[in-house]
Amino acid sequence: MSAFSVDTAFLIAVLAMGLATYATRISGYLFLRGREVKGRAKAAMDAVPPAILMAVIAPSVFLGTWIEWAGAAVAFTSAMLRLPLLVTIAAGVATVALLRAVS
Amino acid sequence: MAKVYWNDFWRGAGDVSPLLIAYAPIALIWGAVAAGQGFSTLEAILMSGIVYSGAAQFVALDLMKSGTPLSLLTLAIATVALRHVLMSASISRSITHFEPVRAAVQLFWLTDEAWALLERRAQHQKLTPAYFFGASFPLWPNWVLFTGIGASVGNLLGDGARFGLDFAFAGIFIGVLAGFWKGPRTGAILVASAVTACLAKLWLPGAWYIMAGGAAGMAVAVATWREEEAT
Repeated sequence: MSAFSVDTAFLIAVLAMGLATYATRISGYLFLRGREVKGRAKAAMDAVPPAILMAVIAPSVFLGTWIEWAGAAVAFTSAMLRLPLLVTIAAGVATVALLRAVS
Repeated sequence: MAKVYWNDFWRGAGDVSPLLIAYAPIALIWGAVAAGQGFSTLEAILMSGIVYSGAAQFVALDLMKSGTPLSLLTLAIATVALRHVLMSASISRSITHFEPVRAAVQLFWLTDEAWALLERRAQHQKLTPAYFFGASFPLWPNWVLFTGIGASVGNLLGDGARFGLDFAFAGIFIGVLAGFWKGPRTGAILVASAVTACLAKLWLPGAWYIMAGGAAGMAVAVATWREEEAT
C-alpha cells in the first residue's frame, strides 16, 4: 500500500462524515440565531458537553479490562490535579502501554 | 479597513497559537493510530481536512475498524459532533452582525478550542469576522499537517496498541471532562451518562450509546434544575 492510495469507499465515507460534522457546526447558528435559552432548556444544554464526553468513553473504559481501568484512574487523577491536558494523555497512555507489556 | 482587518486577524491568531502547539501531539497520535489501522497518509490527511474533528475522527477509526455501515457511521459521527450544535447556537448570539454567508463559511472552523476562545473574547468585546477567522482557522492546517506526519511515522511504527496509543482518546476526553466539573450535580450527570452508555453499548447496535448517555445526562440536569440557579 502506498502512502498516497485512497480507497473510494473510504472517500465516500469521509465526505459523508464531513457533511455531518459541518451540519452540526452550522445548525445551531441557523436554528437558534439570537434566540435566548433559559431555565431548564439551558440546564439541559449546559449538561451536553460533559454528558456526551462521558458517554463516548464510558464503554471503552468500564467495559474494558483492568488495564483500561488503571489507565483511566491515572488519567483521572492527573486531570483532577489540573495537570496540562498533554500530561494527562501521556500518563494514561503510558500506564496502559506499561501494563500491557508486563501482563 | 484592510489594516484593521489584519490587526484583528493577528490578535486572534496570537490567542490561538498556544493551542497549535498543544494539539500537534494529539494530531500526531491520531495519525499514528490511523496508520496502525491500515490507512494511508493521504487518507489520513483527507479525513482530517474534511471531517476536521478530533473526537469524531477517533470514534470513526474505532467504528471503521469494526466495519460499521456508512449510514450508521455517519450517524455516529453526527452524534459525537452534536455538541457543536450547542456551541454554534451559543456563539450565534455574538455573531448576529456577520453577513450570513461569511458566518456559514467561517463556522466550518468552529472547533471546541476555537469556540472556547471566541466565547472568552465575546464576553468583553464585539466579535469581528477577522478575529473569528484568526482564532479558528490556524488550527485547521496545523491539524492536517500533524496528522499527516503522524500517519507517515505511524506507518513505520506498526500496531499502535502496543504503545497504548488506542487509549489516547480516552485520555483526552478524561482531561477535557475535568474542565466541566461544577460540583455534585456534574457528578450525577456523569454517573447517569456513564451507566446508560455502558448498558446501551451492550444492548443497542452501533453508536447509539453516545446519544443514550448524553440524553440520560441531560435528563438528570433537567430533573435537578432549581429555579434559584437561573442565570
